[in-house]
Amino acid sequence: MAEALVLTEPLSFWGGFDPASGRIVDARHPQRGEIVTGRVLVMPSGRGSSSSSSVLAEAVRLGTGPAAIVLRQLDEIVALGLLVAEELYGVATPLVVLDERAYDALRTGMELAVPPG
Amino acid sequence: MAELAGAPGLIEITRAHVDGCLYHGQASLDFAERLVASGARVSVPTTLNVGSLDLLHPDRYRGDAATAVRARRLMDCYVELGCRPTWTCAPYQLPSRPVFGEQIAWAESNAIVFANSVLGARTNRYGDFIDAAAAITGRVPDAGLHRSENRRGEVVFRLAGVTERLLDADVLYPVLGTLVGAEAGSRVPVVEGLPAGTSEDRLKALGAAAASSGFVALFHAVGLTPEAPTLEAALQGAPPLRTVEVTLERLRRVRDALTTAAEGRIAAVSLGTPHFSVAEFERLLPLLAEFAVPVYVSTGRHVLAEVERRGWRPALAGVQLVVDTCTYVTPILREGGPVMTNSAKWAYYAPGNLGVEVVFGSLEECLRSAATGRVWRDPELWDG
Repeated sequence: MAEALVLTEPLSFWGGFDPASGRIVDARHPQRGEIVTGRVLVMPSGRGSSSSSSVLAEAVRLGTGPAAIVLRQLDEIVALGLLVAEELYGVATPLVVLDERAYDALRTGMELAVPPG
Repeated sequence: MAELAGAPGLIEITRAHVDGCLYHGQASLDFAERLVASGARVSVPTTLNVGSLDLLHPDRYRGDAATAVRARRLMDCYVELGCRPTWTCAPYQLPSRPVFGEQIAWAESNAIVFANSVLGARTNRYGDFIDAAAAITGRVPDAGLHRSENRRGEVVFRLAGVTERLLDADVLYPVLGTLVGAEAGSRVPVVEGLPAGTSEDRLKALGAAAASSGFVALFHAVGLTPEAPTLEAALQGAPPLRTVEVTLERLRRVRDALTTAAEGRIAAVSLGTPHFSVAEFERLLPLLAEFAVPVYVSTGRHVLAEVERRGWRPALAGVQLVVDTCTYVTPILREGGPVMTNSAKWAYYAPGNLGVEVVFGSLEECLRSAATGRVWRDPELWDG
């Protein structure tokens, strides 16, 4: 089980997330300062920079990444970061895309079951 | 990835632009070293985005030495894979750029949006890892913006009551782009009401901002960009999902949100995100003065060579020229205080990346502020 962290706006991992601390650092993000590590990161989509795959892979390498990611809209840059991390480090992080109804039911603090990678 | 994208198959590309050469930690290097060790080579002409180091001015780097060694090795890995050491986020400023309809695989969000929108070439939003994979295989999934039906304009932005003076000011375009990106999200925006002859540099600033505040990889500007000779053409004959009125009041609010610091003292000025073009250097020259704080200008080494060829380098002695990298992705700025910039993209990312406060303004506002070390505002620029 892992706790859900629901972002009210999309996050760019590059420039918006610090893989050393696992923290959201985007100065304009409503959830700035939240720790992502070990939580189910729920956000509508990815955003911004195409470097986000690397930052996400680095977070997985450092063990500061999320337990799983839930999106409302598939983001290939997020998916690729997780795929490469699995290939390089053997750590699988589940990525789920939900329809709007299921997505809207998620709230920060909910305990969610995360399947083994 | 093709399966993930729901693509019916793969298509061939003619060229690639790779962003994986910027160091984001050991994972960046582990991936590149694995490719080098496998003996892989790129199969199409491939340019490189910025790295973490200014290889022509290595003393500009102020980060730790161990990271610099790994960042340098990463840059070398991509050259070993057969990529050209162009080190620019503005590959569209290089000679021989993609043409209308050309299928390419570009990374770097501002380059992607420029290629799709201004050149009419076709690329998806490629990022680290898949950019190298595309360059090596010469193929990408036949999906997204490679296909005409996905290039249809969806959200119309209609300029209403924006003054002639502001339409003719560089500063409008990054602010408008920030608004468009935030409103359009992942939809394809169409901007209506920009003046004929709007320069490539202004469209560059608009696109870079929209790709920072949103998910924008393609925009149409009616009468300006190649897939938008008319509004109907941009929309491919369908009605828009919605229309957003862009008023002066909304633009002012977006402009204000790009600034995080209080007006007052600044410690430095940063220009050239995306990389300064030759035309932008030409605009800068008459604004040069004695500066009280450092003025950094990031650019590509090929543009710098052209600047030197034109004999402009002595006039630029008072500015810190940065090549091969950019001041917001790597520790170069010495100054910790508020930094003023004319780039919405820099204003968007620098606070998170560098932990600095930022002041957004026009090029002229930036340089007049640099002369005194205090923010100067043009009092009439944003008047109705």
